[in-house]
Amino acid sequence: MMGGLRLSMAWLHTWSGLLVGWILFLVFAGGTASYFRDEITLWMKPELHRAAPAQVTQAAAADRAQQVLAQRAPGSPRWYLALPDERNPAVKADWIPARPAAARGEGAAPKKRTRRAFGSATIDPATGADLGKVRDTRGGDFFFRLHFDLHYMSALWGRWIVGFCSMSMLVAILSGIVTHKRIFKDFFTFRPGKGQRSWLDAHNATAVLALPYHLMITYTGLVTLMFMYLPSGVNSVYPERSAAFYQDLNGGPGDVKPAGVAAPLAALGPLVERASSAWHGAAVGRIVVNLPGDANATVTLTQQEGHGLTHDLPSVTFNGVTGAMLTDPGKQSGAAVQTRGVMYGLHVGRFADPLVRALFFLSGLAGCAMVATGVLMWAVKERPKHNKKHGMGRIGFGLRLVDGLNLGSIAGLLLAMPVFFWANRLLPAAMAQRPEAEIAWFFMAWAVAFVAALAWPSRPMWRLQLGLGGALFALVPVLNAATGGAGLATSLAEGIWAIAGFDLVCLGLGLMLLYAAARLRMAPLVKKLPLAGSAA
Amino acid sequence: MGVALRTIAAIGGGYGLASLSTQALAITLPMAPADAVVTGTLTGLVVYPCAVMWCFAAATVTRACLGLAACCAVPALVILVHQSAAVAA
Repeated sequence: MMGGLRLSMAWLHTWSGLLVGWILFLVFAGGTASYFRDEITLWMKPELHRAAPAQVTQAAAADRAQQVLAQRAPGSPRWYLALPDERNPAVKADWIPARPAAARGEGAAPKKRTRRAFGSATIDPATGADLGKVRDTRGGDFFFRLHFDLHYMSALWGRWIVGFCSMSMLVAILSGIVTHKRIFKDFFTFRPGKGQRSWLDAHNATAVLALPYHLMITYTGLVTLMFMYLPSGVNSVYPERSAAFYQDLNGGPGDVKPAGVAAPLAALGPLVERASSAWHGAAVGRIVVNLPGDANATVTLTQQEGHGLTHDLPSVTFNGVTGAMLTDPGKQSGAAVQTRGVMYGLHVGRFADPLVRALFFLSGLAGCAMVATGVLMWAVKERPKHNKKHGMGRIGFGLRLVDGLNLGSIAGLLLAMPVFFWANRLLPAAMAQRPEAEIAWFFMAWAVAFVAALAWPSRPMWRLQLGLGGALFALVPVLNAATGGAGLATSLAEGIWAIAGFDLVCLGLGLMLLYAAARLRMAPLVKKLPLAGSAA
Repeated sequence: MGVALRTIAAIGGGYGLASLSTQALAITLPMAPADAVVTGTLTGLVVYPCAVMWCFAAATVTRACLGLAACCAVPALVILVHQSAAVAA
C-alpha cells in the first residue's frame, strides 16, 4: 500500500480524517458556537435582554455578592464569583454546598467525598436580586461542554474520545500538508460545478485558507487537557501530589485546612480595590473565597481577562479575616508555564475583542466546512468505483453507511442546533428540569435526523434536513421577537449588539443552508460524477 | 494486515514514545519543576503525531516498528540513567 511518502501520507490523511470526521464536525461546531457562549446564554434568557443592570463599581458588586452569598450559601467551603465585565452585566456566583451536619462534627473522620451539585446564582450587582431564576437554561454552556465532554456519558470518557479525535485530526492536518503539492496556488483555485474536483477545491480552500488557525486550534485544544492525556511528566516530577503541581502552575494558596473557629469574613469590596491598585488599575475578574466564615479563610482575586493573550492571569491572595496580603500580586511564572497559558488563552479566545472574535468564529466555520467537505469528498470519490462494480446507481454497504453518517452528522446537527434555540423559547418558562428538557429536544431532533439519514441516505433527505435546519435558523429572529426577546428592530435601535448579532448570525446561517438546499434541488451539476447522496 | 499492525504501532507505540519523551524531558530539563513538566508535555504532544506519521511512512512494517523502538530507547535510557543517578546520590 505504501508507494512513496506523498502517497502514504495521502492515505493516512484520508483515513485519520474520515474515521473521526463525524465527531470532529460536532467538536468544531460546538467549539465555534462557544466563542459566543455568553451571548448565546443571554439570548436564551429573553427576560434579561432589555434589563441591563445598572452600572456599579467592581467593589460595590463584590460587596453585594458577599451579602447574597452569606445568606444563600451558609457553611459553604468555597465561593466562586465572576464580577461584571463588558460581556456579562451580572455577577455570576457558584459555591460548593455545605457538608451535611453529620459529616462536619468535631473530629469526624473524613468520609469518602460524595459528588454534590454546585449552587449557582446570577446576581444583579446593583440590587442583589437573583436574575438566574427567570428562565433556567444551560445556554451557551451547553455547547461549551458538548465541545469537549460530549453528553450522556461521563466527562472523562468524553474527554478521552475528543482527545483521540483531536490527535487524529492533528495527524490528518500534518499529513495533509505533506501530501499537498501546491499550497499557495490552491488558495486562489475554485472550479465550481465540476463534481469531485469542486469538492477537492472547496476542501483545499477552507483548509488552506485557515490553516494556521486549524493547526493552532487543534494543538492548543490538546494543550488544554494535556496533563490528563499525557500524565507521565506530572507523575514523575510530582509523584505524590498532583495538587502541588497545580499550585505551582496556577499559583494560589494551595490547600488550607479549616480552623473550625468562626470568624467574620473581611469585606470583599476593599480587597478588590487594593488588588486593582496593585495592578495599576487593571480590573478584578474573578474571586475565590476559600472557607468563608472560618478563621483560616483566604480570598484570591484574579485579574479580568482582556489585558493579554494568556489564560494564566495575575492573581493575589489575601487573608480572609485580617485582609493581609499573602502573595505577591506581580509574581511572574516561568517561561514554559507562561507559554502554556498563552496557548490555553489562544484556544478559548476570551482575550479577543469583537472583531478578532468574529474572525475566530469565521475560522471555526471554515473548520466545520473543511471537515464536512473532507468526509463528503470521500463519498464522492468512492461512488464511481461502486457504480462500476454494482451497476449505475447502486452502491455497496460501506459507502451507504458513510453517506448516512455524513448526512446525519452534518445536516442532522445543523437541524438540532436551531431546535435547541426553539425549545428554549417554546417550552414553558417556569417548567421543572427546564435545562434538561431543552437538551433532550436537541438530542431527540438529532436522533430522529440520524435515523432518517441512515435509513434514506439520499439527495432528497439532504434537501429536507438542510432546508428544515435552514428555515429554523432563518426564523430565529422572528421567534425571538415573538417570544419576549428584544427583536431586531429593538436591539438594533437600542444598540443591544449581543442580541442583534445572535439574530443576524442565525439569519445568515439559515439563508446559507436554504441556499444549499435549493442548489441540491437542481439536477446534478455534473452528470458523470453526481454529488453526494444522489444515488438513492 | 500491514495496515492493522501499523495502526497498532502508531496508536500504542506512538503514545508510548510521547509518554517516555514527556517523562524524560520533565525530569532532566534544568528549569523550575513546573516549567520542566509543561515543556515536556508540550513536546510530547508534538512527538505523538510525528510518530504516527512515521509508522505509516516507513517502507515496511518491520522498519516502522524498529524505528519506533529505537526512538523509544533514547528517552527510556535517559530515564534509567537519571533514576540510577538519583538512587546513587
